[in-house]
Amino acid sequence: MLELSINGIDVQVEEGSTILDAARFLGIDIPTLCHVEGLTPYGACRLCVVEINKGEQARLVSSCTYPAEHGLQVWTHTRRVVEARKMLIELLLAMCPSSKTVQDLASAHNVQKVRFKVDYSDCILCGLCVRMCNEQMDARAIGFINRGKDRRITTPFDVKSDICRTCGACMYICPACELRCQGPHPPGDVCGGCLNVEPVCLEEEEQKMCFMDPCGWCYKETGRRKTEKEK
Amino acid sequence: MLIHPIHRMARMIKTADVDKILQKHHNDKTALISILQDIQAKNRWLPQEILEYVSEKLKIPLIDVYSTVTFYKSFSLTPRGKHIVTVCLGTACHVRGSPKILDELKNQLDINVGETTPDENFTLQTVRCLGVCALGPLMTIDDEYYGQVTTKIIPSILKKYKKRVQESDS
Ligand code: FES
Ligand code: FES
Repeated sequence: MLELSINGIDVQVEEGSTILDAARFLGIDIPTLCHVEGLTPYGACRLCVVEINKGEQARLVSSCTYPAEHGLQVWTHTRRVVEARKMLIELLLAMCPSSKTVQDLASAHNVQKVRFKVDYSDCILCGLCVRMCNEQMDARAIGFINRGKDRRITTPFDVKSDICRTCGACMYICPACELRCQGPHPPGDVCGGCLNVEPVCLEEEEQKMCFMDPCGWCYKETGRRKTEKEK
Repeated sequence: MLIHPIHRMARMIKTADVDKILQKHHNDKTALISILQDIQAKNRWLPQEILEYVSEKLKIPLIDVYSTVTFYKSFSLTPRGKHIVTVCLGTACHVRGSPKILDELKNQLDINVGETTPDENFTLQTVRCLGVCALGPLMTIDDEYYGQVTTKIIPSILKKYKKRVQESDS
């Protein structure tokens, strides 16, 4: 058993656990994107950053890949961490504004604008599909090629692969393939996220058009649902 | 990847030779890079069929072989010429006029950067600084360095290599 402290709370975890496991055990919510149970941790998105140690020695690490150590001090929501996460989300938005997963993250972390050039490149290189294909489907039909800015995911020689069984698991797990809801406003770089602007809600539209959970628009400014008069 | 029709006849290593290389490395998966280097040294480039063969023999997924080959600049999936002409476009060479050298070479060889002449004699490529900036503008052919190149002397340099090809062919 290893003993470490997260946000000042002591916790014991088994050898071989990651910081993320320990934090989840305590019920602390750390956002993740490229981490899915059943697939090996990969550390691509860095959304799960936490700060370890204090003072001079403090540094940011990705909690999904960092193994828990005895006596480690972890902070999951310091200013530095929160700012780093917001920046990451902004960068992800610039790469793939059409993804519901990314837009939801932006809403939940109150990211309201993108200061980078939005290029709709779609794939965010989280590697989920590659790991899914390798580890769960045991097909190894797709993978990363090239490097640096040219890195992308494809089949060998960019042609239809013989070993691909077209099971669709890669698409199932892909956070970029799931399109965002269109909302009441014309699509911009940041969606009309329910936490960002006034949403379309059940009463007004007779149907629920977005599935933010929890939906919090009406509590955002006033702390309670807006009355008819205030609208 | 478009392969020029003329390259269909591009030279292709025999599987027996690949087997020899594999044996030299004891059919070891972890020696993949060395194996590919040896194949490329013999064949000048890595044809798809050969990579498929290697993947099968070493029991490595084809995609992993493909990832490795595309990761390193030194591997080539398209036929390469007998001589590799490299022009330095680093800062120092650039201000000393290497773009002009490159244009001249493109004209003379009638190919673009990254391409191979149809007779498979030359492949043209660029590089950012070879570390001998004082000699700029610099170009290399295979392992030989040519410093302070001018557009005027390019034809004579190329001729030298064409001659070498002829000699080795005959
Ligand atoms: S969830 Fe940890 S890096 Fe993506
Ligand atoms: S810039 Fe050409 S050798 Fe340095």
